[in-house]
Amino acid sequence: MEFFVAQILTGLANASSLFLVACGLSLIFGVTRIVNFAHGSLYMIGAYVGYSLIQVLPGVVGFWGAILLAGIVVGIIGVLIEMLVLRPVYKAPELFQLVATFGVILVIQDLALIIWGPEDLLGPRSPGLRGVVRIMGEPIPKYDLALLVITPFVALSLWYLMTKTRLGVLVRAATQDREMVGALGVNQAWLFTGVFGLGAALAGLGGALQLPKGGADLLMDFNILTPVFVVVVIGGMGSLPGAYLAAIIISVLNVFGVTYVPQSTLVLMFIVMIVVLMVRPYGLFGREEVAGEHGQVGEPERPIKPASNKARMIVGAGLFLLALLPIFGSSFSLVLATDVLIFCLFAASLHFLLGTGGLVSFGHAAYYGGGAYVAALLVTHANTPMELAFLLAPLGAGLAALAIGWVCLRLTGVYFAMLTLAFAQLIWSLVFQWGDVTGGDDGLLNIWPAEWLKSTSTYFYFTLILAVSGIILLRHIAHSPFGYALRAARDSKRQAEAMGIDTARVQLFAFGFAGLMGGLAGALFVFAKGSVFPNELEIARSFDALIVVFLGGVKTLAGGVVGAGFFKGIEETLLRFEYWRLLMGLLIIFVVIAAPNGVVGSLRKGLERSGLIKAGDQ
Amino acid sequence: MTVVLETQNLTKRFEAIVAVDDVSLQLHKGELLALIGPNGAGKSTCFNMLMGQLKPTSGSVLLEGQNITGLKPREVWRQGVGRTFQITATYTSMTVIENVQMALLSHHRQVFSILPYATRKYRTEALNLLEMVNMADQADRHCATLAYGDLKRMELAIALAHDPKVLLMDEPTAGMAPKERVALMQLTADIVRDRGVSVLFTEHDMDVVFAHSHRIIVLNRGELITEGTAEEIRNNPTVQEVYLGGGTVFGSEEGAEHA
Repeated sequence: MEFFVAQILTGLANASSLFLVACGLSLIFGVTRIVNFAHGSLYMIGAYVGYSLIQVLPGVVGFWGAILLAGIVVGIIGVLIEMLVLRPVYKAPELFQLVATFGVILVIQDLALIIWGPEDLLGPRSPGLRGVVRIMGEPIPKYDLALLVITPFVALSLWYLMTKTRLGVLVRAATQDREMVGALGVNQAWLFTGVFGLGAALAGLGGALQLPKGGADLLMDFNILTPVFVVVVIGGMGSLPGAYLAAIIISVLNVFGVTYVPQSTLVLMFIVMIVVLMVRPYGLFGREEVAGEHGQVGEPERPIKPASNKARMIVGAGLFLLALLPIFGSSFSLVLATDVLIFCLFAASLHFLLGTGGLVSFGHAAYYGGGAYVAALLVTHANTPMELAFLLAPLGAGLAALAIGWVCLRLTGVYFAMLTLAFAQLIWSLVFQWGDVTGGDDGLLNIWPAEWLKSTSTYFYFTLILAVSGIILLRHIAHSPFGYALRAARDSKRQAEAMGIDTARVQLFAFGFAGLMGGLAGALFVFAKGSVFPNELEIARSFDALIVVFLGGVKTLAGGVVGAGFFKGIEETLLRFEYWRLLMGLLIIFVVIAAPNGVVGSLRKGLERSGLIKAGDQ
Repeated sequence: MTVVLETQNLTKRFEAIVAVDDVSLQLHKGELLALIGPNGAGKSTCFNMLMGQLKPTSGSVLLEGQNITGLKPREVWRQGVGRTFQITATYTSMTVIENVQMALLSHHRQVFSILPYATRKYRTEALNLLEMVNMADQADRHCATLAYGDLKRMELAIALAHDPKVLLMDEPTAGMAPKERVALMQLTADIVRDRGVSVLFTEHDMDVVFAHSHRIIVLNRGELITEGTAEEIRNNPTVQEVYLGGGTVFGSEEGAEHA
């Protein structure tokens, strides 16, 4: 019993930062519909800024003052981010903004590295609150007790702000119907900025508050991101009470999980999330998203056409040149080209879902990494020959995609995206924590191709043929009746159902097929590298693909492949610099602002304007 | 006359409210039947039950004597019922003809085929359908760039793609200019005559209703209050009361607009 109470108290104390970050994120999403991936970064800055301020400000007042100030500073940073990065892209296609926020993550990572250095900073203890208090015989850190008081206090202040002030009324109104609030004469731009700043300040406060418990390090941003998303989704996007309740549930669950099932703490969190979403698809306190309410922004996608003979010849010539690479290129360039080709196939498979299907999956790495792991596990545990592994890996990934898709496709929009992310994280945590079979963090090694593919140049040709065939197949299917039915389901589900199309089944098959092609890319990857680690299943890998697809252009068929080729090439170049993340982040933000239709879309527009190619029938 | 589509004692309750109350109606072959009534009379609920969007609380829907109650919209469509929407629903990323081809692909059960190019399938049939609604010259236009009236005509071509026995049109002329309304309804009337398809439509514009429908059914507060020809309905005192407001809470605004 005593132990139980102590556990719950620890859980509640841990919930404090989680709640602050999550309610900031929820608030921002509710009003602006932006899924702010950079929210973990704001939390990290909060911790670093708080740390520096505490060094300067003395005593008890200094300590708490520093924490409060850290929140304010991060709030101001949030305002700047909103005005400089997000404002220019509100009119871009739905979810395009999240690419911008990903650019912000990269920039902040390197800025933090430059300013505070690579070493983890040990959190300063709170003056007057060192040591423990014994509650029913169990030691509870005094600072935990302070947090226990602070969190409800912040929650109550927020409740007051939301229910009793004009700003709160505006925010709640905007959460329900943004257009109406705009029509009533509220300056939306400043409302968005204000809310973004407030959300950022809460994240910063959360970061600073946890300093005595966890200190500050450069991995904080991604580490908090996953549980925060889980909390926000369980609580219901846009709901503050939901965020509070979910933060407590997840934190308490985590504390007990560490005690009783230490091998599966991560898995536990996602299982809870999946169960909640199965029962309440929009979270505990979330409202259903009305279909079409936040539908396509900007001009509708153009009709697609099979490639013209001229285009085919150009692509053919390009492929021919690429095929000559082993003759004139270095072996480094061969390895690079192999990587780029694999990534292009991966991105093309995601683009098929995102572009043609309109299904924004945040967890596509599950099938890429999944394919890689299926192949690696078969080779390691069953001595499967490479050829068979190449057949089974995509099949395994495709089957996993069918199963996961079957669950996720009950939801739409952001909830669908979040559920796919949760499943990807579930698979990642299974692989990460089930070390006996998967090798855990150490990965699986010695997965080499068969004798006939040993040399770098033969493997390059093998990849070239498979990846290009895969991409052509994806493209062809987009033009087939099935691809058209998929676009029909995306453009108007109502009309598609009214003309006899089983849209759920069409989308499920598309999800499975995209998973299959992602799995093929994963299999190509694992035999190219000879090993696989859990990071191929990570959020970051899913985001890599998402970013190139968005930057390449969701609404253009070539977007995925061009984006992948372009950015993988740039990334390899930038990697030579010490602060490549900063450069990459700035580049991403630049492209997002300068080319809101993606590289291919904007290029096409530019060419049309200059009269080099014929504009569509407008 | 043979009955193509009928409802028997169709009822829909939403908790305490009875939206559609024991409605039995028949649609005859080759008929243009109008379903009218003030706002809140239960027209849309009735329509949604016919199309499978809503399940009736009780009662049934029969298509050529076959019970189709409770089937999903796509299954109802397969049985030979086409529909157009009050708010147009089209595939904005496709051309006009591709929108029609999509319906033909579904009709020929080609939705899961991945080998052929979709644009090369059933092009002639699609062109014929577009010809019928006078849209053939715009076949290759991006449908997002169409004028509203043209969009409506395209929707009509889509709804006729699987050669339906019955066509359900939910406020087909809503949001159109008076001239366009007449043209669209004339077109529909021609199609009814040429193809022997039976049409049930809801409509707010009394001019359209009186000019084009063969028969009219009037709903009020979920109940079928009367049916008959344009002449009969025009002179029916109950209908006048419903529309002009003899103590009813509905409809006065409608009546004023079209009186």
